[in-house]
Amino acid sequence: MNNQPNNDLKSKLLADFRTSEERMNGASKSALHQIRREALNQFDRLGFPTVKHEEWKYTNVNSLIKEVFEFNASSDITVDDLAQLESSRLEGNVLYFVNGQYQPQLSKIVSPASQLTITTLAEAVKTTPDLLTQYFAKYADYQDNAFTALNTAFAQDGVVINVPANVAVEAPTILRFISDARQLNVASQPRNLFIVGEKAEIKIAESFRTLGDQASFTNVVTEIVVAEDAQVEYYKIQNESDMAYHIGTTQVHQKDRSHFYSATVTLDGGFIRNNLNIALDGSECEAHMYGLYFPNGRQHIDNHTLVDHRKPNSHSNELYKGILEDRSTGVFNGKIFVRQDAQKTNAYQSCKNVVLSNDATMNTKPQLEIFADDVKCSHGTTTGKLNEEALFYLRSRGIPKEEAQSLLMYAFAEDVIQKIKIDALREQIERRIQAKLAR
Amino acid sequence: MLTISNLQASIGSKEILKGINLEVKAGEVHAIMGPNGSGKSTLASVLAGREDYDVTDGSVLFEGKDLLDLAPEERAAEGIFLAFQYPVEIPGVSTTNFLKTAMNEIRKYRGLEPLDAVQFLKLMKEKMKLVNIDQSLLSRSLNEGFSGGEKKRNEIFQMAMLEPKLAILDETDSGLDIDALRIVAEGVNQLRSPERSTIVVTHYQRLLDYIVPDYVHVLYKGRIVKSGPKELAFELEEKGYDWIKAEVETV
Repeated sequence: MNNQPNNDLKSKLLADFRTSEERMNGASKSALHQIRREALNQFDRLGFPTVKHEEWKYTNVNSLIKEVFEFNASSDITVDDLAQLESSRLEGNVLYFVNGQYQPQLSKIVSPASQLTITTLAEAVKTTPDLLTQYFAKYADYQDNAFTALNTAFAQDGVVINVPANVAVEAPTILRFISDARQLNVASQPRNLFIVGEKAEIKIAESFRTLGDQASFTNVVTEIVVAEDAQVEYYKIQNESDMAYHIGTTQVHQKDRSHFYSATVTLDGGFIRNNLNIALDGSECEAHMYGLYFPNGRQHIDNHTLVDHRKPNSHSNELYKGILEDRSTGVFNGKIFVRQDAQKTNAYQSCKNVVLSNDATMNTKPQLEIFADDVKCSHGTTTGKLNEEALFYLRSRGIPKEEAQSLLMYAFAEDVIQKIKIDALREQIERRIQAKLAR
Repeated sequence: MLTISNLQASIGSKEILKGINLEVKAGEVHAIMGPNGSGKSTLASVLAGREDYDVTDGSVLFEGKDLLDLAPEERAAEGIFLAFQYPVEIPGVSTTNFLKTAMNEIRKYRGLEPLDAVQFLKLMKEKMKLVNIDQSLLSRSLNEGFSGGEKKRNEIFQMAMLEPKLAILDETDSGLDIDALRIVAEGVNQLRSPERSTIVVTHYQRLLDYIVPDYVHVLYKGRIVKSGPKELAFELEEKGYDWIKAEVETV
């Protein structure tokens, strides 16, 4: 079926699935497992994508699939180990996962049960199977995306958040996914599902960190279902090691008059692919997407976004910014789809990059597919060097070159940084960006 | 204070300065005039350390130091200030933040303690009056969306904050109406002192009605072809540059 050099990892995964299926003792008949089996079959059919696949043209997963990983490895992580990963603990509902496994001893939930229910996926499988049957894997496409198929087939844990109608959840919810790669190559496939009821409001952040120098692979899928008039703020913060592989898909489904607001900030990470897909399946919706990435060394950061305007009178707005150093590579692929029904759509997209080294590469590709006639759409991408004239101006006032450069880089990133509305999180990110730019 | 000897500079293969000699003593105001393309702005840029130009010969001594050996930021820290003809817009950097960074970098170079926020704000309030600049302008991104007059006032405000020993005003009058010109010139005049020198680069005489120079030099084809007292500026205003050009051609 395919002659890719990925048969090892692929056949290992297929075999693993069958082994675990044999041990399921009846649970394999559940509706959830039927989805998993279907997803596995899709993965078997699709295989890992090669650079011949249009969506993976600049992101070659060859080195990823050659690695050998221990999936869901156990970890003896302690609170002291966490201290080296973060400058301060963030207030709110904080849930920790290490190598894909929930860590109740590290986690805390402060919001009252009347505001929202937070459970792990493993727990939800047992306690709310009907909810899962209704929502799980109903949005993230596992028919065409091999990694989403893989996650759907294998994901054992993650977070299920359910916010009832009319509730504005005050405390932010922060999900911390840590790869403990101190001993061996580790892999995890977290799976999250956020269901936000009518007129409800919530702020959620996903943070990804690595501990240790071995390779890690995170294949995460998050589905976010936003009901009528609901508002969701969603942040994805990546601060992983140069040995980290991260493939992630965030799938958003919006109903009438809902607002979705997101920022994806990649501070560090060896090989990263983020898919952010938003279906505006309602009218008068708003979707805002911001992104920031700072690859250096040989890091590779790929952001693919897809906004699907399905109904009239909605608005989408997108701004991604990158600063590339050394031999790093970046990819931005922004697709806007305006269906025939989606008249009076407003869709804006912009991607701006500063490339500081001759050896760094940025590939940008805006894709607009418009089937309605009364729409306003615009897109623009720029890739250039740091403004030499501005640099000279700052230096002529006494600011040394390196400092002037980091001042300009920080200023370039500033408008996206300000989009992070959880203050403590933004301040943490500001410090990390300043530290990275000052190197 | 400043001694320029046989300064030659080019951009690419194009020679622009072909042997400039100029001596500026403490407290003096020198005007550099000349037709377009004579090399006036190049001279200002070379003194401030712009890297687009290659200095091919000559020397520049500033208070005994070889200026050409210093990076732009070191020149600033030594006390040189260039008021830009076209101040750069820098989105995301507020004037206040940028100036505080600049001042404290200069203080660090000079072995001084950094100013704290209170000292800095006090100084800023004092200097803001000089050029009649508004606080709200300074908290905005540097020069972004500023009018021509606001940009030039911001240049003079920065100059007042940094208190340079040698200020170089590069066509500060360009793009200013008469009121803005007066405000800018007043700011410059209030900063005049026996220790501080100024080089005023300008195409027109009108700025010199307000900033009265001690000496006027005419730059033409990369050389200073005529120097004289302030009256030379009036003569140029009256007769234009053609007679100078003719004089040079006959020699």
